[in-house]
Amino acid sequence: MADFQPGTPEEAAFLAELIARRLLVPTGVPGVYGRGEDFERVREGFDALVTRIAAPDGAERLHFPPLLPRQQLEGSGYLKSFPHLAGSIFGFEGSEKDAIEQEERAVRHEDWSEHQVMTDLVLLPAACYPVYPAIAQRGALPAGGITIDPGAAYVFRHEPSGDPARLQMFHQREMVRFGEPDTVAEWRDAWRDRALKIFRRVGLEPQKEVATDPFFGRAGRMLAANQRAQELKFEVLIPIASPGPTAVASFNYHQDHFTHTFGIAMADGGVAHTACLGFGLERITLGLFHAHGFDIAAWPAKVTRELWP
Amino acid sequence: MSDKIRQIIQEHGRLPVDVKGLDDHADLYQAGMSSHASVNLMLALEAAFDVEFPDSMLKRSVFQSVASIEEALQGLGANAE
Repeated sequence: MADFQPGTPEEAAFLAELIARRLLVPTGVPGVYGRGEDFERVREGFDALVTRIAAPDGAERLHFPPLLPRQQLEGSGYLKSFPHLAGSIFGFEGSEKDAIEQEERAVRHEDWSEHQVMTDLVLLPAACYPVYPAIAQRGALPAGGITIDPGAAYVFRHEPSGDPARLQMFHQREMVRFGEPDTVAEWRDAWRDRALKIFRRVGLEPQKEVATDPFFGRAGRMLAANQRAQELKFEVLIPIASPGPTAVASFNYHQDHFTHTFGIAMADGGVAHTACLGFGLERITLGLFHAHGFDIAAWPAKVTRELWP
Repeated sequence: MSDKIRQIIQEHGRLPVDVKGLDDHADLYQAGMSSHASVNLMLALEAAFDVEFPDSMLKRSVFQSVASIEEALQGLGANAE
């Protein structure tokens, strides 16, 4: 397994309390939990709040399963930027004899990977990834571009950790904007400021920061330096259980990365850009429990009115 | 060296304009080079000049113009043929 990052004492104590109160259910694998009744009520409540606030954007809903065709990942540049975070799906295609051998090894919890071959699928790394090729299929973008709402999709990151705020699989609530460069940049900035207001409405204390993605290796350091210099990524952070505040939402201006990769242009032939935003719903849920306590019946009315109007 | 740099920029910089039309100090990013293209340019320069840019040089300003790239390569002792 990938290197396990243990949680700090405070993160571990917060996780233990979440489990004791059945908000999270341990599975035996760090970063993979079941979600209890109250946890889901809060997560879905915040997701619905985002939907209500986004309504004037008139975004088109376009939802996908939490899987990606392997060829889409291969063409997206993800394996160049984040090879360490990707999860690929393998399957069994052997004989009966192979199946018996695989099962014998598996029941002893030994390595049975020899009997597994790569399938055409990988786990979804970000909710917006299936959106780009789907929009590319439609042809050129109309003037003013379009806004897509891929909803809250489960996404996978291979980074086992003892910090309950670093999950291997979590819901990313995204929105994606396609259009002329200025239109897209303005949309990204407007949503970043709108998000600060959303967090304040539910009693959290957000701060925004210029941020970088966890790019891999030397090329990654260069990408991160570029990203920071151009302020392509902003994050909104709130206190959870970590020593510093934790990023709970990101606002990303991709410039022509996806439009170039997937061949998307404006109808008048002009260059099209994209941006996306993502709310990390489990982290926000954890932040709300951290700020308002484990008993949602005792949360301030100002907060519950926003989550469950 | 400048000609070889220009050829590599033309091949890997994904510029919407011809690099011949840019002077040595023209800003390649302003000319339309993306971040991902600049990484490809960095790797292509390393291969072509048989150098490795140290971490401290993996930043935007180093790959900003033909002149800044030339200065960086000379600093790394790249062959100036």
